[in-house]
Amino acid sequence: MSEETNAAAGKKTRQPALEGWFTLNEDQPHLIGNQCASCGTYYFPRAKNFCKNPACDGDQFDDVELSRTGKVWSFTNAEYKPPAPYVAAEPFVPFTIAAVELAKEKMIVLGQVVAGVNPSDLKAGMEMELVLDTLFEDEAAEHITWKWKPIASNDYE
Amino acid sequence: MSNDIAILGVGMHPWGKWGRNFTEYGVKAARDALADSGVAWKDIGFVSGAATMRCGYPGYVAGATFAQALGWQGAEVNTSYAACASGSQALAAARSKILSGACDVALVVGADTTPKGFLAPQKGDRPDDPDWVRFRLGITNPTYFALYARRRMEMYGDSQDDFALVKVKNAEHGFENPNARYRKKFSADDVAASNMVADPLRLMDICATSDGGAALVVSSLEYARKIGRVDAVKVAAISTVTPIYASAVIEMPDIATDSAAVVDAHSFRAALPVKAYEEAGISPQDVSVAEVYDLSTALELDWMEDLQLCERGQAAQLVRDGATRVGGRLPINPSGGLACFGEAVPAQAIAQVCELTWQLRGQAGARQVAGAQVGITANQGLFGHGSSVILKR
Ligand SMILES: [Zn+2]
Repeated sequence: MSEETNAAAGKKTRQPALEGWFTLNEDQPHLIGNQCASCGTYYFPRAKNFCKNPACDGDQFDDVELSRTGKVWSFTNAEYKPPAPYVAAEPFVPFTIAAVELAKEKMIVLGQVVAGVNPSDLKAGMEMELVLDTLFEDEAAEHITWKWKPIASNDYE
Repeated sequence: MSNDIAILGVGMHPWGKWGRNFTEYGVKAARDALADSGVAWKDIGFVSGAATMRCGYPGYVAGATFAQALGWQGAEVNTSYAACASGSQALAAARSKILSGACDVALVVGADTTPKGFLAPQKGDRPDDPDWVRFRLGITNPTYFALYARRRMEMYGDSQDDFALVKVKNAEHGFENPNARYRKKFSADDVAASNMVADPLRLMDICATSDGGAALVVSSLEYARKIGRVDAVKVAAISTVTPIYASAVIEMPDIATDSAAVVDAHSFRAALPVKAYEEAGISPQDVSVAEVYDLSTALELDWMEDLQLCERGQAAQLVRDGATRVGGRLPINPSGGLACFGEAVPAQAIAQVCELTWQLRGQAGARQVAGAQVGITANQGLFGHGSSVILKR
């Protein structure tokens, strides 16, 4: 759909709040990390110049899509409006945050959790998947980011 | 050869929120430390300042700023910056100077003036700056403290009531401390009634930022002997090690941990005291009292385990049993901790040493830990900075 027809349909352009941090595939989005060509260590956000593994002097990196599912390591929420550069809707609506452990990359990644999921709905070890959702809107566009979402058939007991 | 140095004098400016020039707080603390030591200002050979980043150029050269304010007398100066560990690094610089024989007696000073309200990131769009990115996504400092707290609840069965007990205990300790900013006793109900900030942490679980100043006069053991102070409390170890890659825990301001796919994950907080215990030749069982960095109530429990004062997951039980109160078998934060002080970054690690010095001298008044022989401090801040200092009688 062109921007014009979007506007006609009352829809705003969707654009990433952080350029190049995740793929824009709405059904199966991935975070974009990279991997040291010498030792294989993963990075998110992407490493630019040097590998941080003290046993490696690598400086070449290949982009990789990180696992799009993982397990809850811990979780919290924001009951107060964070300061700028956070852009909050008025009135501010508290949101949930999860730290999710990716098994293959052995890395914990933070992110907001989709609306409607409260801390009381989460448990350590729960399976989560990555989705794209609105971080904030302005007149021009809907700025999207990755968020974590409990996998529907969660069987974490 | 012993690597010990003597603490001849300690001094503090009370913590508070006045917005006055940080030099004022530092000079007051320095003069108190000098008076406590009996050493004349003109005899100090080295002034070691802990920098403040929030007070302009004079803050970046804090050692010289304090030396000038006390009256230039030709001493050598140095300034250290290492976030929360700045004070310990300033102490470490003084110790190196003393142990190398380049100076007999040194003054260590840290002071800060903090802005009112939330600490917000610098202005402008900076997607390459992790601090900007995390605020953009709505992740504030309490987010990290809350993630650690919730992790304890999930792993060990700690509760919000346990965290509240830490606050109640620290408030009781700080009530008796003339240098504390918050001197009010609270009940568990008061904590439970305070606003939720980041589930499971409430406003009263999280520490504030404060103004304050702290100072030490330290010397060689030889100098201490010469002036008749063989009984002075000693610094037995200072650890300011960096983390070892890969970090096991998500650290402020990062959005992700390091990857442990290729190398093993390491805990930074747990590594800090290990070096201190080794250097001092002292074991965790010998510790009589600890001052730890309770940026949140739950973090005090993490520190107790990182300092190996109890097994992983056992800290909350010690609090429930009253063991961590003054009068208990392992008092933690007899000063009242950050809960009663609020954080004055470059002064805080020095203030921890001041408190332990008073405790080991038996001069802590109503908050005295009976028979304290060995004390340990711990703190951790941004960008791989942290410290642990051991004092002994
Ligand atoms: Zn590498």
